[in-house]
Amino acid sequence: MVMRLSPDPSITTAALPARRQVNFGMMHPETRTKPEGGAPPSADEVIFDVVDLSVRYGGFTAVRDVALQINRRQITAMIGPSGCGKSTVLRCFNRMNDLIEIARVDGRILFHGVDLYDPAVDPVEVRRRIGMVFQKPNPFPKSIYDNVAFGPKVAGTRDKAELDDIVEQSLQKAALWDEVKDRIDDNAYGLSGGQQQRLCIARALAVDPEVLLMDEPCSALDPIATARIEDLMQQIKDEYTIVIVTHNMQQAARVSDRTAFFVTEVNEESDRRTGVLVEYDHTDVIFSNPSDERTEQYVTGRFG
Amino acid sequence: MAVTTVAGVGDVSLARRGHDVKGRLFHLLVVLSVVLAFVILAALVWDMIAGGESVLTERLWSFLTSGLNSDPELAGVWQGVKGTLQLSIIVVAVAFPLGIGSAIYIEEYASDSRLTRFISVNIRNLAGVPSIVFGLLGLAIFVQALGGVTGGRTVIAGGLTLSALVLPIVIITSQEALRAVPSGIRVGALALGATRWETTRHHVLPAALPGILTGNVLALARAAGEAAPLLLVGAVSGVFFVGAQGTLEQILHGRFTAMPMVIFSWARLPAGQGWNVLAAAASLVLLVLIFVMNGFAIWLRNRYEQRW
Repeated sequence: MVMRLSPDPSITTAALPARRQVNFGMMHPETRTKPEGGAPPSADEVIFDVVDLSVRYGGFTAVRDVALQINRRQITAMIGPSGCGKSTVLRCFNRMNDLIEIARVDGRILFHGVDLYDPAVDPVEVRRRIGMVFQKPNPFPKSIYDNVAFGPKVAGTRDKAELDDIVEQSLQKAALWDEVKDRIDDNAYGLSGGQQQRLCIARALAVDPEVLLMDEPCSALDPIATARIEDLMQQIKDEYTIVIVTHNMQQAARVSDRTAFFVTEVNEESDRRTGVLVEYDHTDVIFSNPSDERTEQYVTGRFG
Repeated sequence: MAVTTVAGVGDVSLARRGHDVKGRLFHLLVVLSVVLAFVILAALVWDMIAGGESVLTERLWSFLTSGLNSDPELAGVWQGVKGTLQLSIIVVAVAFPLGIGSAIYIEEYASDSRLTRFISVNIRNLAGVPSIVFGLLGLAIFVQALGGVTGGRTVIAGGLTLSALVLPIVIITSQEALRAVPSGIRVGALALGATRWETTRHHVLPAALPGILTGNVLALARAAGEAAPLLLVGAVSGVFFVGAQGTLEQILHGRFTAMPMVIFSWARLPAGQGWNVLAAAASLVLLVLIFVMNGFAIWLRNRYEQRW
């Protein structure tokens, strides 16, 4: 497959390393040293390093001064009350904020040491490496097969047998294959909400991303469908790094390894609300022994 | 257990309070509006049927296949039908791609700037410009300024004028069809690493296509019914004889007419010689033509409409 990491072909190296090794074609001073040779990277390898991230929409600052590191092959949850900027931060990880014209991102997000907002980085390639699942299931109005095959197709896979294989594997990873294998050519709109969301996960996995961003993926689902998605997250976390935004604190406590807690600061003069990161730690610490009083109040249900 | 009546359980009364006079009056009013509108339409159609009946029952085939003639016994609408079809083909070839392309640009690509909004508002304004004004535009541009290309008062100039007339409608209806595609489809495709083009080509456009086509066919029906702009760009309203009209050159650069023009030219001839019968019959033919187009649009919508 041809890598299109940057719009400038001259800086895309001809011999790119393996799929999992990210190389945006330029050496960044912050590039983290990765194990050379065959030694597998440690589980705690940092995949995202967020440095002083602020996002403004026009004159309004949605979230400011976020600094956190997200570890590879872990589930990181971002929690906090409405308007605290957690979804905004999530959308920076695959540059979906680019689609909002007035959004301005300051600071840096290093993905394997490469700044995602460097002008030489192509957002299309970023999104191939960093998949996303949305709040409301949004399958394409096409067959189940076409939903899953679309990503690999635009990424350059043309071979029918190979596509069939990717579709089956992706649906299996998303724990949907057994339910849909006999009606793979039926329209995806015939599936239930929970099945549609798992289809969206399968669709995201089909392009073999390294990271899966999930923006409140269960908020439109019933508890049983939610439990299935949570099980699924546990099953795939050996292979994927997952960042999940959730309103549901129990969900964060159940599924995540680390939790980032955001709050909304209200500017007394302008009544503008800006999200800030309060605390980021291992999930059990956040829920049992948080160091910030606001975190404690939130996780015990006293505000938010 | 005591059975309680609806009215009067203690202080709670759920019984109807008097008559809703205003509500009933309003109901009556809106029903009357529908009835009135329908009666007017039915009267028009009935008038045409009654007026044109003799021609349609006695010599329907020769009426449909004969050309214009100075003898009302022999005259037919063939040239008009042919002209209208030729004009429609030009509109489909010119206004549809231009209009759909513009709509895609405005909805999917253009940034939401002041300029974009200004253009959008003015497209809406253009849709309200009277067709006679487009006729003047067609005369000035397609007949005179571009006469070397169009050949002057030809079917090309007429088709381009009608294209300009319906272009705003095509753009607006296409824009609305594109806007009806939920944004989840777009972000879903973009989040998979699809480019803007791939997203539009594979998801947005197919999903919007039934709506786009429906709107465009309705715009085409509007173009097929217009007489005023054609009058100005020189559609023939009298009797004209064309040669074999076989070659493309003759069709494109020869004189032309259209159904509304045929109706117009017959309707203004002195009464009492049978021309008014022909005009009524020709109106019915045009009406059927337009009903067929609209029916096709409705069929398209019902067949392919995507419910979100």
